[in-house]
Amino acid sequence: MHRFANPARFQRLAASVFPWSVAAAVTLFASGLYFALFVSPRDYQQGETVRIMYIHVPAAWMALFVYVNLAVASAAALVWKHPLADLAAKAMSPIGATFTFVCLVTGSLWGQPMWGTWWVWDARLTSVLVLFFLYVGHIALANAFDDPTRGAKSAAILALVGLVNVPIIKFSVDWWNTLHQPASITRLDAPAIHPAMLTPLVLMAAGFMAYFLVVTIIRIRAELLERRLRALRLARAAEPAGAMAGADRL
Amino acid sequence: MSEFLDMGGYAAFVWPAYGVAAAALVVLLFVSLRTLRAREAELARAEGARGPRRQADDDA
Repeated sequence: MHRFANPARFQRLAASVFPWSVAAAVTLFASGLYFALFVSPRDYQQGETVRIMYIHVPAAWMALFVYVNLAVASAAALVWKHPLADLAAKAMSPIGATFTFVCLVTGSLWGQPMWGTWWVWDARLTSVLVLFFLYVGHIALANAFDDPTRGAKSAAILALVGLVNVPIIKFSVDWWNTLHQPASITRLDAPAIHPAMLTPLVLMAAGFMAYFLVVTIIRIRAELLERRLRALRLARAAEPAGAMAGADRL
Repeated sequence: MSEFLDMGGYAAFVWPAYGVAAAALVVLLFVSLRTLRAREAELARAEGARGPRRQADDDA
């Protein structure tokens, strides 16, 4: 894991992955939208509203996936003092918050015509709302301190404590009675969804994943630059007339 | 075409869902890129103020 700890190595890796991620995101979103809006059939019960699924479900998957990543990065930062993990966690939480926001809004827009309500305080919807607040809390904590290492530490603890919420979200539809339907794809037997609907779903999910990679790389780069700027300022404040040896090596 | 836009009578739900998702993803991408550009410019200023750098940048 420490092989990726070196910022220079990360920059090289990111530089080689980045153009492919951009190309993948554009291609997957374009083909995914084509299948989602034009090719896939309407649902025999839900009519055209089923097309909301092609954004809602990938956004929900990514909301959970990003959170697990956030928790792994936080553990790496707390336990192994991995020098990139703090930056990765800080870079990822706004992306996760965005995915969760998209999931909640599209779910609401799907719930109104199909369930007859925009919102209901059941286990699935409430636990996803809690996930959104965890992300917002993480963003706030990570930026709350003048000393970025203190902010990163508090945010990492929040992220790890909040990990409890992930299995609650996943199994909420099985543990409690809810308006929300249970999983159709991640089942032990075959997915309970027709291939004509599975195709746009998988394409959109892959598009969300590529988008996540693109934005994560951009944001980690920005965090690395900020760390270098801070080191530069500290060095300048420490020795105003002297040479700034070492500051630019960060 | 108008039939497509009508979304079987659910246009008021389907299109806002796609619109909100697209807007959220585009805004996040835009803000992230703008922050990166701003920091790059700031760093260039900070390093330019103390003369040329001693070694090549490791950024790609």
